[in-house]
Amino acid sequence: MSLWLRLRNVFRGDRVSREIDEELEAHIEEAIEQGRDSDEARRAFGSALRRREECREVRMAAWLDSLRADAIFGWRRLRRNRIASAAAILSLALAIGACTAAFRLIDALLFRPLPIAGADRLYMASRVGIANEGQTQIDDSYEYPLFRRMREAVRGEAELIAISWAGRNDVQLPGASEIEKAYLQHVSGWMFPSFGLRPAVGRLFTEDDDRIPGGHPYAVLSHDYWTRRFGRDPAVVGKSIRIGAKVHEIVGVVEPRFTGTETGTFTEVFVPMMTNARAVINPSWGWFRTLVHVRPGVPLETVRTKLQVVERAVQTERLSGFPAMPEAYRESFVTHTIELTSAAAGASTMRRDFRRPLAALSVLVALVLLIACANVANLMTAQAAARAREMALRVSIGAGRARLVQLVLVESAWIALLATALGAVFARWSAPLVVAMINPPGNPARLVLTTDWRVGTFSVLLALAVTFLFGLAPALRASSVKPVGALKGGEDPHSRRRLMHALVAAQVAFCFLIHFVAGLFITTFEKLSHRPTGFSSERVLALDTVAERPQPPVAWEQLVARLRETPGVESAALAGFAPMNGNRWNGRIALNGGPPAEGIVYFLDVSPGWLEAMKIPLLAGRDLRSNDVYPGALLVNATFAKRYFDGRNPVGGWFERVSDDGSRSKFEIAGLVADSRYQNLRGPDLPVAYVAIPIRKSDGTLAPITNKTLVIRTASADPLALAASLRREVAAAMPGLRVSNLQTQLEIVQSHTVREQLLALLALFFAIVAWVLGGVGLYGVLNYSVVQRRREIGIRLAIGASAGDIARRITATVLAMVATGATIGVALGLFSVRSIESLLYQVRVTNFSSLAIPAATIFTAALLAALPAIVHAVRIDPVSILRSE
Amino acid sequence: MPKPDSLQGSLDLLVLKILMRKPGLHGYAIMSAIKDRSGEVLNAEEGSLYPALHRMELDGWIRAKWVTKDNGRRARAYELTAAGRKQLELEEERWKAVTSAVNRVLRTV
Repeated sequence: MSLWLRLRNVFRGDRVSREIDEELEAHIEEAIEQGRDSDEARRAFGSALRRREECREVRMAAWLDSLRADAIFGWRRLRRNRIASAAAILSLALAIGACTAAFRLIDALLFRPLPIAGADRLYMASRVGIANEGQTQIDDSYEYPLFRRMREAVRGEAELIAISWAGRNDVQLPGASEIEKAYLQHVSGWMFPSFGLRPAVGRLFTEDDDRIPGGHPYAVLSHDYWTRRFGRDPAVVGKSIRIGAKVHEIVGVVEPRFTGTETGTFTEVFVPMMTNARAVINPSWGWFRTLVHVRPGVPLETVRTKLQVVERAVQTERLSGFPAMPEAYRESFVTHTIELTSAAAGASTMRRDFRRPLAALSVLVALVLLIACANVANLMTAQAAARAREMALRVSIGAGRARLVQLVLVESAWIALLATALGAVFARWSAPLVVAMINPPGNPARLVLTTDWRVGTFSVLLALAVTFLFGLAPALRASSVKPVGALKGGEDPHSRRRLMHALVAAQVAFCFLIHFVAGLFITTFEKLSHRPTGFSSERVLALDTVAERPQPPVAWEQLVARLRETPGVESAALAGFAPMNGNRWNGRIALNGGPPAEGIVYFLDVSPGWLEAMKIPLLAGRDLRSNDVYPGALLVNATFAKRYFDGRNPVGGWFERVSDDGSRSKFEIAGLVADSRYQNLRGPDLPVAYVAIPIRKSDGTLAPITNKTLVIRTASADPLALAASLRREVAAAMPGLRVSNLQTQLEIVQSHTVREQLLALLALFFAIVAWVLGGVGLYGVLNYSVVQRRREIGIRLAIGASAGDIARRITATVLAMVATGATIGVALGLFSVRSIESLLYQVRVTNFSSLAIPAATIFTAALLAALPAIVHAVRIDPVSILRSE
Repeated sequence: MPKPDSLQGSLDLLVLKILMRKPGLHGYAIMSAIKDRSGEVLNAEEGSLYPALHRMELDGWIRAKWVTKDNGRRARAYELTAAGRKQLELEEERWKAVTSAVNRVLRTV
């Protein structure tokens, strides 16, 4: 209570002083009344000011009182130098805002624990092995029969939870006629109890909801989805939701805090693993992640070892079913190592893909912040010079050094505080903007970006760190003032500039590094996005089309024919999937009836006319015909011909496709086509074989088809203009047929450069900010040195120095510092580039342009910044300067 | 004659005791009371009395209120609180313990 009163009294200081004065005055009055001589009483009383101070010290927390006084004084100074303060605060706010935004993103994606019980004990099991091409491959997918055995092996020590990738599925809400997309995950029934989650309404799954394949057609909704699509209607429990072709009963809604374990995506519908009835019994279908919730006190290694033993045993058993598998693959099939990595913050591909880019960006952001800090430090140092007399006066009347440091630091704290507040606003606005850029527009990433104590603590720590970063050196300088020298006005004019020059060099070095890295990212994006795909993606639409009931191939042919007649359609064809959309179909082949050949061949089933629709050139032979079937005639690409036919024309040749169980099917090569991208933009071209769509079964009949992708080249420049009429045409062509997903081929291709685009854009933004901040800082330092050396310049001009001579004198040191900084920047850049190598594509780091361009931009900034100062210096009128002194 | 401020840490005790006997005294009156009752041996200086009063007020042993005197001036009058009464007992105990110990030493040496 006493402390509280003392703290409170700080903020009613005037009143406390008045009361003390009145009481002491009453005391003297009393003494006089008692007959003492007035002068004698006052003398006996001593210094009234001192008595007051003594009492104030008792009644107030003195340290806080001095802080309060400094805060008020600092605020007044900020308001007096409005323009300088605004410049300092704005530049810092930009940098702090960028830092806070980066922190929010990184925290949300990588560090914030999932809102579940025992998040720190949650791990993801990955299989690390050697891939076909010899490099390390990390595989997060598991097969359900293996999962079952692994779960048994660690029962009692850890709970294994299967969670499929969050995918966008077709759903039809209760009572709705339209089909829409929702993020759906198959999860183990025991996930909810294991995570300690409770329902908002209804119930959640238990182990009993996940026993019989196909036996539990239930669904749990996320709170967010329930709010958005159902207006939080509790009556939704018990209603039916159609997911794909199957109908599920909604049993409940999970509590709001849980948005799934796939960081970067909000799962909207959860269904039990067993609803994927065909997959849960398939021993070679890897389709979900395995999360390991370790019991408290159980060592991780014990669990890991047991999982690995089971995994190897199961893989070895499976291997006996693949007699035709080549020896090299047999080995890699059973030598996986199980690794458990923390999934406390969730498990997603985005976490893996964006860990390094975000780290690289946050380094850039931190450098921008350092540049901004250096700017403000220089500004404060310049001001400290102007304040030398004030400081000297303070020292003369007895202010201690610590007290002066506090005075200047409190002023810095004001700047940092205001900048942090502004920066928080900037971060609030910009962080979601960046999240929106992570994925293509049709499929936005979603992260929990709440402003919580983590962000708050980060901001406060950042503000404190920044205060000391830019405030401490000027504060120490200001406090070390020598009163006699300063009051006489003859301090060494060079002493302060040394610190400023060092800061300029640091700024330039960081600026160079940012520009260098930004240049690499931009070149990477340029090169990757301009890499030819081998097909033309402009005006092409990919329509994933699903039939309610499998249809004979001829019905699909009729559909294509019908679409070709639709106005606005230039050409149409069918394919198993659109190239580069994430799907792949690979296998092994044998030549001339021999053993399986080296390497993997990639397949894609296409209809006649697909080449024309994609504009892939036919190099030799013929296109597929409508009577071609699988197995039978096919097309191969140039890489295939190069690898398996030594680059000779393969048309007319044949090979066999070898399944893992040893069975073979024969294909004749009917045509040779040019290479095109199959899976992604990076990496070498793959050997691809294009097979016919209709599959001839062993009894000679053609297998009916459930789903294919329609490839449509439109006549108009905007293919999406045709989307609605194409959907209608598809639905009208066959009963039960519908388009489940519609994308432009361009969008599919661009999704492969989203990460590079994000890096390039943000790096460019930071480069511009750093350039402006660096330029402003340089201008400030040069201008200050001109002001400080006015007298010297005046004298020089008076005795006949030329303008060029003056300009050289002013800029020489600073330009030397710029050169030093740039040299350090080059060294830093070459040193740091190794850590971002994996993010680059075909960029030569030691390339002349990647070093020359940043150097050129920075020297341009230096020249621009120097110009006003030189003009100012040359225009100095010696007469007026010398007269004023 | 002892030095003016030879209260040896007993200032709190004296102030509390005086305020217990005569609540509502102001600073000058407390000072005079210490002087008079001690037969002009003890002398509380203004420099120590007022900080002590303010400290004890913040500690909650005494409370102050402004009273208007006959001549229209305001004076700050102090009185004991419940906590102050307890503190007075404690201080008296301590004082007695110290003086008897000192006396014992004086007798035996």
